[in-house]
Amino acid sequence: MGARSFLVHGLLAGLVAGLLAFGVAYTVGEPPVDAAIAVEESAAAHEGDGHAHSHDESAGAEAVSREVQSTIGLATGTVAIGLVLGGLAGLLSAAALGRLGSLRPAGSTALVCALGFVSFALVPFLKYPSTPPAVGDPTTIDGRTAAFFGFTALSVVAAVGAVALGRRLVGSHGGYAACAAAAVGYLAVVVTAAVALPGFEGAGDFPADTLWEFRRASLLVLAALWGGIALVLTGLVDRSWRRAVQVADRQALAASL
Amino acid sequence: MALAVPAAPLSVGGATPVIAWRELAPWLLFAVLAAVAVLFFVGSEQGAVSVFAGTAVHEFVHDARHLLGYPCH
Repeated sequence: MGARSFLVHGLLAGLVAGLLAFGVAYTVGEPPVDAAIAVEESAAAHEGDGHAHSHDESAGAEAVSREVQSTIGLATGTVAIGLVLGGLAGLLSAAALGRLGSLRPAGSTALVCALGFVSFALVPFLKYPSTPPAVGDPTTIDGRTAAFFGFTALSVVAAVGAVALGRRLVGSHGGYAACAAAAVGYLAVVVTAAVALPGFEGAGDFPADTLWEFRRASLLVLAALWGGIALVLTGLVDRSWRRAVQVADRQALAASL
Repeated sequence: MALAVPAAPLSVGGATPVIAWRELAPWLLFAVLAAVAVLFFVGSEQGAVSVFAGTAVHEFVHDARHLLGYPCH
């Protein structure tokens, strides 16, 4: 069980998770995206302003058709993200191996994936929920991009710091106190940042039903992505751990003869 | 007969092996760099910042960018 096998397991898990996320995004996510684009276009038509951001070929100059965006484009995005996050989750699980208290490889791997979902997807989503087309002022894209990625980076760094804090405390204060301090410490950092950072509300008169459907679908896509990584990676790590134990036990037996 | 004994004893009852940071560091470094590059192209290229001119990359991964929760436009 070296770095190489963890990376291979992670990439495999990421591939499966990316395809799973595509399936969820295509079936649950595309209807509200289409509805949002219809809202965007009718708003543009009412204003009589042909320059509003449009995603349809009817605008004439679009480089990519809706059909490509909702199939190959969507799958490319989810699989690419799945591969890099899966590979990274695999290597972080390699780092966590034997370093998280008495957790066995499957336990530490599942914990790494859970922390990845919370710190890299769920917490950023709660502060800056995803926005469908037509929601969000294009003139604030710079600020929104910086705030989103800044907050996400802070959340991940805080999660890594929380794990380091827990490891430091576990020897002197025991497992419960170490885990509680890590969780409270992480929450203190992200809640403080979430309160301090600006919000970018501005759905205007965008239909609330469509906005809710889109955000629910977006959260499901993120859950499918991380759930897929966690499920496959943990299973593969556990399998190779059991094999390694079998081999070691046979070697020990052979050496004792 | 001298058998190759694993450095860390692997046994269900024993301690879980640890992979040294020295061994892990280059893998982690490269994985983080690759992740940042892919996150940039799927999550942000031709939104707030552009490496390539035009909107082709933005439009191609448009739906994934929205549904994965990245600020799109």
